[in-house]
Amino acid sequence: MSAVQEPPAPGRTPTPEPVEESRWHGIFREITTGNAIISVLAVVIALAVGAVMIAFTNEDVQESAGYFFSRPTDLLSAVWQAVSGAYSALFQGSIYNFRRDTFADGIRPLTETLTYATPLIAAGLGVALGFRVGLFNIGGRGQMLIAATLGGWVAFALELPAGIHMVAALVAGVAGGALWGGLVGLLKARTGAHEVITTIMLNYIAFYLVSYLLRDGFLKTPGSNNPQSPASKPNSVFFDLLGPGYNLHFGFILVIAATVFTWWLLGRSSLGFKFRAVGENPNAAKVAGISVQRMYVYAMLFSGGLVGLAGINQVIGTTTSGFGAGIDSGIGFDAITVALLGRSKPWGVFAAGILFGAFKAGSFSMQAAEGVPIDIVLVVQSLIVLFIAAPPLVRAIFRLPTPGAPRRKPVPNVTQEVVAK
Amino acid sequence: MSTIAPVNQPTQPHDPDNGPATTVIKSWKAPIVLGVFTVLGFLLLVVFGRSGVSTMSLSTSSDLIQLPDVLLPTRETGIVVTVLLAAITGVSVWMVQSSRKVPIWLYSVFAFLLLLGFLAWASADERIPVPGLLFGSLSLAVPLIFGALGGVISERVGVVNVAIEGQLLAGAFTSAVVASVTQQPLLGLLAAMIAGVLVSFVLAAFSIKYFVDQVIVGVVLNVLVTGLTGFLFSQLLAPNKALLNQPPKFERINIPLLSEIPIVGPVFFRQTLIVYIMYIAVAAVYFGIFHTKWGLRLRAVGEHPQAADTVGINVTGTRFWNVSLAGAVAGLGGAYFTLGSVGAFGKEMTAGAGFIALAAVIFGRWDPIRATLAALLFGFASNLQNVLSIIGSPVPSEFMLMLPYLVTIFAVAGLVGTSRGPAASGKPYIKS
Amino acid sequence: MKLELRGITKRFGALVANDDINLTVEAGEIHALLGENGAGKSTLMNVLYGLYRAEEGEILLDGVAQHFAGPGDAMAAGIGMVHQHFMLIPVFTVAENVMLGHEETTLGGRLDLAAARVRVKEISDRFGFHVDPDALVENLPVGVQQRVEIIKALSRDAKVLVFDEPTAVLTPQETDELMVIMRQLKDAGTSIVFITHKLREVREVADRITVIRLGKVVGEASPTADNEELATLMVGRAVDLTVDKAPATPGAPALVVSNLTVVDRTGQVLVNDVSFDVKVGEILAIAGVQGNGQTELTEALMGLQPRVLGEISLDGKSLRNRSVRQVLDAGVGFVPEDRTRDGLVGAFTIAENLMLDRSNKLPFVKRFNLQLSYLADFARSKVREFDVRSQGIETPVGRLSGGNQQKVVLARELSRDLRLFIAAQPTRGLDVGSIEFVHERIVATRDAGTPVIVISTELDEVAALADRIMVMYRGRIVGIVPGDTPRSVLGLMMAGANPQEGAAA
Repeated sequence: MSAVQEPPAPGRTPTPEPVEESRWHGIFREITTGNAIISVLAVVIALAVGAVMIAFTNEDVQESAGYFFSRPTDLLSAVWQAVSGAYSALFQGSIYNFRRDTFADGIRPLTETLTYATPLIAAGLGVALGFRVGLFNIGGRGQMLIAATLGGWVAFALELPAGIHMVAALVAGVAGGALWGGLVGLLKARTGAHEVITTIMLNYIAFYLVSYLLRDGFLKTPGSNNPQSPASKPNSVFFDLLGPGYNLHFGFILVIAATVFTWWLLGRSSLGFKFRAVGENPNAAKVAGISVQRMYVYAMLFSGGLVGLAGINQVIGTTTSGFGAGIDSGIGFDAITVALLGRSKPWGVFAAGILFGAFKAGSFSMQAAEGVPIDIVLVVQSLIVLFIAAPPLVRAIFRLPTPGAPRRKPVPNVTQEVVAK
Repeated sequence: MSTIAPVNQPTQPHDPDNGPATTVIKSWKAPIVLGVFTVLGFLLLVVFGRSGVSTMSLSTSSDLIQLPDVLLPTRETGIVVTVLLAAITGVSVWMVQSSRKVPIWLYSVFAFLLLLGFLAWASADERIPVPGLLFGSLSLAVPLIFGALGGVISERVGVVNVAIEGQLLAGAFTSAVVASVTQQPLLGLLAAMIAGVLVSFVLAAFSIKYFVDQVIVGVVLNVLVTGLTGFLFSQLLAPNKALLNQPPKFERINIPLLSEIPIVGPVFFRQTLIVYIMYIAVAAVYFGIFHTKWGLRLRAVGEHPQAADTVGINVTGTRFWNVSLAGAVAGLGGAYFTLGSVGAFGKEMTAGAGFIALAAVIFGRWDPIRATLAALLFGFASNLQNVLSIIGSPVPSEFMLMLPYLVTIFAVAGLVGTSRGPAASGKPYIKS
Repeated sequence: MKLELRGITKRFGALVANDDINLTVEAGEIHALLGENGAGKSTLMNVLYGLYRAEEGEILLDGVAQHFAGPGDAMAAGIGMVHQHFMLIPVFTVAENVMLGHEETTLGGRLDLAAARVRVKEISDRFGFHVDPDALVENLPVGVQQRVEIIKALSRDAKVLVFDEPTAVLTPQETDELMVIMRQLKDAGTSIVFITHKLREVREVADRITVIRLGKVVGEASPTADNEELATLMVGRAVDLTVDKAPATPGAPALVVSNLTVVDRTGQVLVNDVSFDVKVGEILAIAGVQGNGQTELTEALMGLQPRVLGEISLDGKSLRNRSVRQVLDAGVGFVPEDRTRDGLVGAFTIAENLMLDRSNKLPFVKRFNLQLSYLADFARSKVREFDVRSQGIETPVGRLSGGNQQKVVLARELSRDLRLFIAAQPTRGLDVGSIEFVHERIVATRDAGTPVIVISTELDEVAALADRIMVMYRGRIVGIVPGDTPRSVLGLMMAGANPQEGAAA
């Protein structure tokens, strides 16, 4: 008998076999190992592209381009005028307005920024939490609409004492979002239905459901043909933080609390540990006795609940005069970019939410003052995310050195789902 | 809904001493689903049945051959349909009992009966123009079909294409502008394809070269295209409508003879050029994917890129060019919005058609023909809503509009059975 | 065709996988490339096949320097490869797989499947392979899939054929058949490079042997060299060839499995009416070729299989249809066969991985809160105890070598109070040093009075560890035999032969 210890089945490469990573982990590592400079540069490139778009579509610029060869400086100054005008309007609309006399008036744009940031942060936290569990929640729109429906109904239909009414509406809203999100988790856990598909579909279902309810259901305002709900009762509304002169409301405090909570949940709690284990490697989590299915459901409940916070924030915080089927105003999708920019970390999401809140607040004054359509914000935001997700591209644009040799594994496939049994 | 959960029960292996054993797992999914729909049908058609006469007109006034209207007594039709539904459910129970698979045609018959019953019920004492209903369905399905074909190509080669929406929108925008400026719809069509390809380039560059998650790139691209087209629309198109946003539409072309076939003719052969291109595209993609060298390599790359690499196929290149091709096909669908139906570009005019196309890809199990059928089904559901709202249907229009999305959730939740997509779809191919 | 590799050097970052390797394979020769796991054999062959680009060195065929930009060039030059992980597309037919990459078409660009079928048939008949060109690859047994790989290479007129660890997935009988095929090919003039770490196979079939260690050629050997000599050359030191192990003192049966059947979702029976027990203080090794139900059996014991019939009891308590959590809580320790997929979370730190299966209770968690300082202390002591080499407990396990990763898994599983320890393929892919460590730990666990199950496809490992051996074939138990059963008998049993007949043979 051979007494030699023959090492069993061989490894394919001489490198220490890298552990297979979950689908999301790849991108997270890509994002997190790129240093902060990449994020800043990504914003710079995106703003530069925005500047080009503003310049190209500006009428003065087009006009002066017509006689470029006779007076080239005209073109340059027209470009400068258009771009600097737009971006200074963006700044003054989002941070500080120098044309106001008092500080109290001048700082108002910043409070607007925080007001716009509030739902973005809440929904961004929800999406980020999903990412950490390996789930892509594109269902922000639906979750916000259902949250607005339940919370909004509590807010306008019930008569409750001050304080209690607000809490009741808040709870109903968060529960609505959690419900709509949890449904996705349940479908994934029970049937393996991919959450990207189900969330997109549930967005539309929620939209038509809410449209129906507004037209002919319990959200309809009596005696009105407008598809809009009645106004929220004063008792149910978030109180102002800085007095009636400013729009900033209690929702912002809630969002700070939500950020702290999410940070604790993901980083310090046992449930978060299991969430992350499932997100990084569902197979190993399953073998370690963690119920992957249950984690999917819980994660989507939390994710939807946080998005629901954004939804209810719209109804009893920002737009208290009744809502239509467009109450989500794209926040569910913006939240994805916020979560990506924030690298799916709670405080990163918080910062990203404030940045995008500033874009939003500033874009309105940019449109009013300079006639630049607000759609440009979508362009800038999506470019930021694209660049952040691809640090090599940013490095190439700025000719930055590549930090170390990228550790790529030769094995192409990445685990992403538990093997269905 | 409890029917979503698989109800599988292992039975004792028959003959433990005999050969590689298999045991039969009886899945009661099919009878349960059919049963639920039978009960729903019973409730709607019989318990809440309506009386009157439902009229289905089969010909349009311009047809050479005029078919007489079909008159159905509403209540009786409902009862007959319900009995037949119950019978099919019974058959399916028997089939599962005797360990047989319920054939797909039985589902089709069931669905057709249910639909017939519903149409009759909804059109009590009203007239449903069948050719109009089908014609409109096809029209609404055209961009979905192009989008779905783009999705099939892209996913078959291993790149998840969530950016169909963006490709449609980019195609719609570009074709409107180019066709307006040149007054040539054909050039608009070409421009739409190029726009789709450009969106694909970004998708391909980020997902194939930089290994960014494909779903994320797709989602972000949709936002980017929405923002870009919205921005340019407000800045350029709206102020210069006559110059930039009044494209000539394609004319309808009646195909001689074929267009005079009753029902079929008016629906399929009195269409615009884009629709005829669509017919060719469906056939070409089907033949290409399953019967040509191009398709074999495409599928190989999508299933097992490393294996394809080891036989000398350039995985990256194959993915890049096929994702581009997918963009061109989806771009054509975008052109249909501006050059085929609406006649001008509007902000976010695709309104989620790309996502429905994506659903059609999955519903159609990554098969071009099945995906086309799924897109037609979605088009039918939307148009049914249009027709019913004209005749004053008792069903709120919102619920009809919801239908495609509900159907898709049911589909992905396993009602259609566990479908298997291309194995390497969504996974970057990283060579050292 | 004569193949020469001159001065091949291939680096992955800082790691030198191949260091100035020279190799000459004469026409019509079977040349074995022998080396441990991770020695750099597969990397070298991937360089030859154009999958990797070498930093230095050149490849010559019949004296002509070659430049391979990709596998396509290598194939065109006459190099074929039978990959360790088959490079076949499961949902394609045999003919489609064989034609892929050099498709013939008929009028209108239609694939010429008929021609491909003829080609498959022709090669298949020439070597007596009996492969159906229209069978779907995913439905074929691994042995047949390997033949499809060979047909694929031959259909492109390969003159040099590389077999990368071809016997890992084969039964001893299939291995013998493969040897015959290799000799047939050699007689037909094909040069063969045979990559392996199995000494016996090398000696049986090779004309010449080149040994690689740590990316370098360390010597040549003739097929007449004995095992000790080859092993020492391969590992670089005299190898302790046996596991120190006192005779077992088995006690009462702890795990009792009766009439266990596992069925997959399509109704296929994976484990068929299996009954056995494991006693306190013994190692039961479950032997068999990969894919004969061992994996599913362990998964059933762990609560990872949803469709299980029969009874499982541990110390008198039933374990059937329990969740993984409940099985772990009952005191079962488990080392899964694919540690990177099932055993570890690569992005998690060593510390986090050490608490992976105890994420819901004291002392690691107190009222929803992770006890991070307790975890750090725990991790530090375990890292010391199990000699995990790393830069600290905060190192992601994905950065560790396979051996150190396995130590983390062992440390986690063995730090609980165990009533049963299951180790599946515990040394797969490890270097010899780590193998010795793992084996010592397993024996120590047995000696501490814990019943142990070791699942292994490697007869040597089975022979080294087992007190009793249970052989599985096609989901059934072929027989349960004493630990010192000769390997020839085990080999026959692994092919499904009855142990009595085997003993008679």
